Amino acid sequence: MTTTNRVINIGLQIFSDSIRAQGVEVLDVDFRPSPFDAPRLAFTQTGIDIEAANAEAARRIASGKAVLIGLGIARDVIPGMCDKMILHAGPPLTLRQDAQGDAWERMCGPVRGAVMGACLYEGWAQTADEAARLAASGALTFEPCHHHHAVGPMAGVVSPSMPVWIIENAAFQNRAFCTLNEGLGKVLRFGAFAPEVVAKLKWMETVLYPALDQAVRSIVGGIDIKNLIAQALYMGDECHNRNKAGTSLFVRAIAPALARTCADGETLARVIEFMDRNDHFFLNLSMPAAKALTEPAEGIPGSTIVTTMARNGTDFGIRIAGLPGQWFVAPAGMVKGLYFPGFSEADANPDMGDSTITETAGFGGMAMAGAPAIVKFVGGVPQDAIDATLEMYDICASEHDTFLIPALNFRGAPLGIDVRRIVETGIAPRLNTGIAHKEPGIGQVGAGLLRAPIECFVQAFEAMRGT
Amino acid sequence: MSVLTLIQPGVYRDSVALMLLARELGALPGVSAVSVVMGTPANQAVLREAGLLTSEAQAASPNDLIIAIQAQDETRARAAMTQAQTMLAQKASSAQATGAARPRTMRSAIRALPEANVAVISVAGQYAAAQAWDALRAGLHVLLFSDHVSVDDEVALKEYAGAHDLLLMGPGAGTAILNGVGLGFANAVPRGDIGIVAAAGTGLQEVSTLIAKAGAGITQAIGTGGRDVSEKVGGKMLLHGLQMLQADPETRVIVVVSKLPADSVVDKLMAQVAQSDKPTVLALMTNYKLQMTNDKFATRHSPLATDLRQAASFAVALSRGESVDDARQKIAAEDRALAGKARALKRKLNARQNFLRGLYSGGTLCEETMRIWQAALGGIWSNAPLDPKLQLPDSNVSKRHTVIDLGEEEFTIGRPHPMIDQELRVKRILQEARDPRIAAIALDVVIGYGSNADPASELGAAIREAKQIAAQKKRELIFVASVTGTDSDPQNLARQTDTLKQAGVMVLNSNAAVARLTRALVE
Repeated sequence: MTTTNRVINIGLQIFSDSIRAQGVEVLDVDFRPSPFDAPRLAFTQTGIDIEAANAEAARRIASGKAVLIGLGIARDVIPGMCDKMILHAGPPLTLRQDAQGDAWERMCGPVRGAVMGACLYEGWAQTADEAARLAASGALTFEPCHHHHAVGPMAGVVSPSMPVWIIENAAFQNRAFCTLNEGLGKVLRFGAFAPEVVAKLKWMETVLYPALDQAVRSIVGGIDIKNLIAQALYMGDECHNRNKAGTSLFVRAIAPALARTCADGETLARVIEFMDRNDHFFLNLSMPAAKALTEPAEGIPGSTIVTTMARNGTDFGIRIAGLPGQWFVAPAGMVKGLYFPGFSEADANPDMGDSTITETAGFGGMAMAGAPAIVKFVGGVPQDAIDATLEMYDICASEHDTFLIPALNFRGAPLGIDVRRIVETGIAPRLNTGIAHKEPGIGQVGAGLLRAPIECFVQAFEAMRGT
Repeated sequence: MSVLTLIQPGVYRDSVALMLLARELGALPGVSAVSVVMGTPANQAVLREAGLLTSEAQAASPNDLIIAIQAQDETRARAAMTQAQTMLAQKASSAQATGAARPRTMRSAIRALPEANVAVISVAGQYAAAQAWDALRAGLHVLLFSDHVSVDDEVALKEYAGAHDLLLMGPGAGTAILNGVGLGFANAVPRGDIGIVAAAGTGLQEVSTLIAKAGAGITQAIGTGGRDVSEKVGGKMLLHGLQMLQADPETRVIVVVSKLPADSVVDKLMAQVAQSDKPTVLALMTNYKLQMTNDKFATRHSPLATDLRQAASFAVALSRGESVDDARQKIAAEDRALAGKARALKRKLNARQNFLRGLYSGGTLCEETMRIWQAALGGIWSNAPLDPKLQLPDSNVSKRHTVIDLGEEEFTIGRPHPMIDQELRVKRILQEARDPRIAAIALDVVIGYGSNADPASELGAAIREAKQIAAQKKRELIFVASVTGTDSDPQNLARQTDTLKQAGVMVLNSNAAVARLTRALVE
């Protein structure tokens, strides 16, 4: 027997009071029964120990490497990318049982806008009207980024000519892809398709992409993005809604190589300026890093760990490790947020984008406690951010061994969202996100947070009970 | 419409803070649009779109803060601008911390307090087993206070605990003392060399406090929950707790207390007792093979005690290296003194006062009183009788000699346990006081952690009133009680005893003494 007691009390307060009165440390559990009245699921019907399966899923996610090894053009490097194919964020658009119409008909305004922008960018159409007609004609193939090892913020639209980052998970030999972040304001990912939007994409393809690709490929071993995420979490980013530190770190990491490989001084200056003036430049690196880290957990039998959370602006969808390939979808929620001048909630589109891959991989909203600069989103004071992260521990199977939170005494960020724990506690994951205008062509109107729709997790739980 | 712009050079604020500020300003009367942004080209473009880009704003640098306000008229715009400056100048007020969020599950609590070694679980029964599993799997000892946990769950939990050298105390375990810390309803008992394992909650409290009253102390006091000693559970935790105490170098004497163990459990218990040379006092409250086992174990300094007082005094004697026979003689002397007191009290009673009442908060103490009374008085009626034939048809109406366990579920639905709330006992005392055939009422007063802050005062008031009711009918009503507790308990043994005495209660050292004295009043 040990000589010192430390006690966890769950239930009656008098018991913890009397133990505390004896000078013993007591932690009270704020127990509430499952709002879904769900039974505890410990084993699958085939006898798999779910807790062990989840531990393995969390181990794989935490132990991956995420290295930027170069860039490529989507059609050349993304597996399964075909001509006239457009990838979008979130689950497939036609999955929901009550869904009516084809993918284009179910698309929200900003995704439609981004698709139209992509048609203009690819030269498949010359005007917005032409682009809309083409998209509605059935001549294009729409598929989720997630079906192609890719992720995209907001609309998440990827068309064949777009340059993409290539992230390699060296520990598991898998790769993930993501477009380059265009900056704020009127941008394709928020559904803008004006000529200057397309012009910027063309500049990115012809100037930015070759410069960055040469620089990255000149760095032996590439750039360790997981390491940059870990550092950025020490510097006030949660690497989803705040990427200031990550962007700065990335510019530091790539600048010498860029200077060596870029022959033209003005091009070098413009490339560096482009990265430096966009506080979210790093988001399109943290996201594919998260994708590369989470994919190895897919297909672990019996695991109830979430490997995908994604939204297409119409629906929210998740996938879990033990049921790979199967989506569980529910209507996308509305973001509670702060708005740019001239905009309000009435302008907002429902929740959108693949960026919730960051929460899935153990940062983003999970690491809110590490990002005091953006606590206004969660209530206003740093304690609210800490509470937000503490709550996420309740629904996660593990804690990250690399992504640490200084404000929590360097405790690992909550890792491995477990649908069982969500159903048990009624706590849905917290998501940080940007807000797009609901009409195509306008762009970002604010940012904020919301919780994932809990129905998806309940569906996944019920599906797992049947296995 | 009026647009007003103010440039604050070199003032930096996070964009989120600025958006929040803009939102608050936008809610002011007459204000139609507000933008508070750093003067970057991107932000200037946004201002242009919103129709707020004045020439001053156009000229601002990325290091300047732009406040742009559009309002119905200039007066309102100026008012909003003043407000904006005030809000920007405000220093962050001391954080209105909402307080650290508490973990919602056992699993996340364990991660938040990785050094935790004990879990106390008192959630509703249908949720309790899952919590206990989480705690056991993380290597914590568990005090499972919750009832309504299935026998199957109890068996599985206890098998796992036993295989991992952990304690799973309960379900329905209200008390334990681990490493000097009282869990649940427990008393402040000094450390010593006597270890207790008990399938009887108030039995554990009574024995541990009697040990303390005798000046000795304990190592560990392990409660198992009453169902542990049933045939189905097979005494798993009683045996496991006994093994742990046998292996514990600090424990030199062991006491095993149990209410009504199944015969098979007694067999296993005896076999386990024989595995160790440590003196082991058995207070089993059973009629099973008493004499035979007593003879067998008496030679090994492991006597059978017939009640809790004996168990404690045997243990204290063995701890001090004294003989059990000496302890028996001391008890016999005490009993003679009690008989003398009884004779004196009996003179105050009239010829019709022939029956006893026991009103108990502790189940084991209730049972002890029934056993002691039954030995001389025959069948004792109860809501929890020793013999099912003596089940009271109505628990609220006493018959002949009656002992009531007010801690039984029928009395605790929708109200606190009588160790916390005396209300039912107070009512019952006043009800019994009106019965002219009653000679005496026996009571237990269990203090310690978790119990009522001052039970003696609440009971004392009722007892005074009851005595008045009897006095009006020219009767004497005798109250005899013991206080299960120590002077280190929050309620303080001496203070509780004094309060009861002032109310006219005869306070004895143990419940067994209470039962013997009251019995002598009607024998």
